[in-house]
Amino acid sequence: MIEVKNLHKSFGDQSVLKGLDIVMHTGKCNLIIGSSGSGKTVMLKSMLGLLHPEAGSIAFDGRDILSMVPQEARKLRQEMGMVFQGSALFTSSTIAENVKMPLDFFTSLSEEEKMDRVHFCLDRVRIENAAQKFPAELSGGMQKRVAIARAIVLNPKYLFCDEPNSGLDPETAMVIDNLIQDITQEYGMTTIVNTHDMNSVLEIGEHVMLLKGGLKVWEGSKEEILRADTPDVQDYVFRSHLMKRVREALRG
Amino acid sequence: MVYRFLIGLGAYWAFLRQVFQKPEKGSEYLKSFWREFNDLGVQSIPLVFIVSFFMGAVLTIQTALNLEDPLIPRYYIAIAVREGILLEFAPTIVALILAGIVGSSISGSIGNMRITEQIDALEVMGINPASYLVMPKIVAFVLFSPINLIFAMFSGLLGGYLAGWWLEMLAPGDFIQGLRLEFNTFYIVYSMTKVLIFSFFISSISSYFGFRVKGGALEVGKASTKAVIASILTIIVFNYILTDLLLK
Repeated sequence: MIEVKNLHKSFGDQSVLKGLDIVMHTGKCNLIIGSSGSGKTVMLKSMLGLLHPEAGSIAFDGRDILSMVPQEARKLRQEMGMVFQGSALFTSSTIAENVKMPLDFFTSLSEEEKMDRVHFCLDRVRIENAAQKFPAELSGGMQKRVAIARAIVLNPKYLFCDEPNSGLDPETAMVIDNLIQDITQEYGMTTIVNTHDMNSVLEIGEHVMLLKGGLKVWEGSKEEILRADTPDVQDYVFRSHLMKRVREALRG
Repeated sequence: MVYRFLIGLGAYWAFLRQVFQKPEKGSEYLKSFWREFNDLGVQSIPLVFIVSFFMGAVLTIQTALNLEDPLIPRYYIAIAVREGILLEFAPTIVALILAGIVGSSISGSIGNMRITEQIDALEVMGINPASYLVMPKIVAFVLFSPINLIFAMFSGLLGGYLAGWWLEMLAPGDFIQGLRLEFNTFYIVYSMTKVLIFSFFISSISSYFGFRVKGGALEVGKASTKAVIASILTIIVFNYILTDLLLK
């Protein structure tokens, strides 16, 4: 479980997070939704320790990353996996080398054992045949799969995904969504997904939180969000023509 | 402007403290070191060789043209060429050229990793990106710099020798005699000291500018330009300081 309490973060005189309180549930896909500027990415980067909030706490199973010295925070980060929006693969390394990198740094496995683990992870995300290719030779969807494989190679307890579907066609986006959900359940991870995509919410949204103006304004499940009648949810979720039709259909 | 310079200096110092930390795994840093040793060091040899060769040739021609006096022995030309190459051209001019080529390459590659979130990815993995990406570059480039210096000295003197002989300005015997006359071995120590310090500045300043890039491809280009300018200015200033300290 990850507990975010009273998180404040500003850039100059612009306050982005204004006392955010959020709890991420273990073994579930926790989806953070909200319009641009609502503080989703700032919250995610703060959780990862890439940004330093002015106040608040972020406790990973009771361990507050914000009160740790950099070395301790790095140790904790070894329990995290991250899928970046742009995949963030190392362009001069092959796919196998990309996935193997965390193993090289943080395990004492033999080369053979490491390669077995790499092939297992690539097989898990169904791109086993791309091991010797370079990231530039793969499509956006395949790069996302490699990023997922790299994120899970050390069996992390926490998986972060920043807009994993951006730039992907609906079919590939659904494959990635399902992959994230399957892996979360398989490994019992706490998964946090930042997304704008309502398809993702309806596909894998076990625990959905809506941010607005740096605060959590709603939380519930994918079933509940379709029936929620708070103005914030109505504004965000049912703005598109398609979602309005969905709501009308649900209301019969 | 002075305030901004001091802020930048403080940030550069903080960056260096981040860079020189205990590696997470020595063997991975060693792998990276050998890769950089090849990319930043070995691959710069041809350029260093060509630049120094022609610089030596030009220096010989100009010195020979300016010492057209029957009262001055011809081997004085070689002495002037030797002193010029050993004291100034090999360490400083080569460092300035490498600041342009290696410096922009370092800041460009690190800047590109920054804007494509590769540096964030390393940080999230629990790896110190400043240390892993920069320390092997600095160590490899600094350790390779004496080799570059030897190549620069050798090719500069070779260029001078061949130009004197080819243009019939200086007989090979006179050139060799001039090279050997009153040779001061401290000049090698002096040049080595300069080149080690300049290499440290080139690699660390370029990495610093690459590491702090924010934005997109345009900012990476701007950072490379800033890195080259800052490296060149630092080399020029420290060239004066070191000359004053070591040769006085």
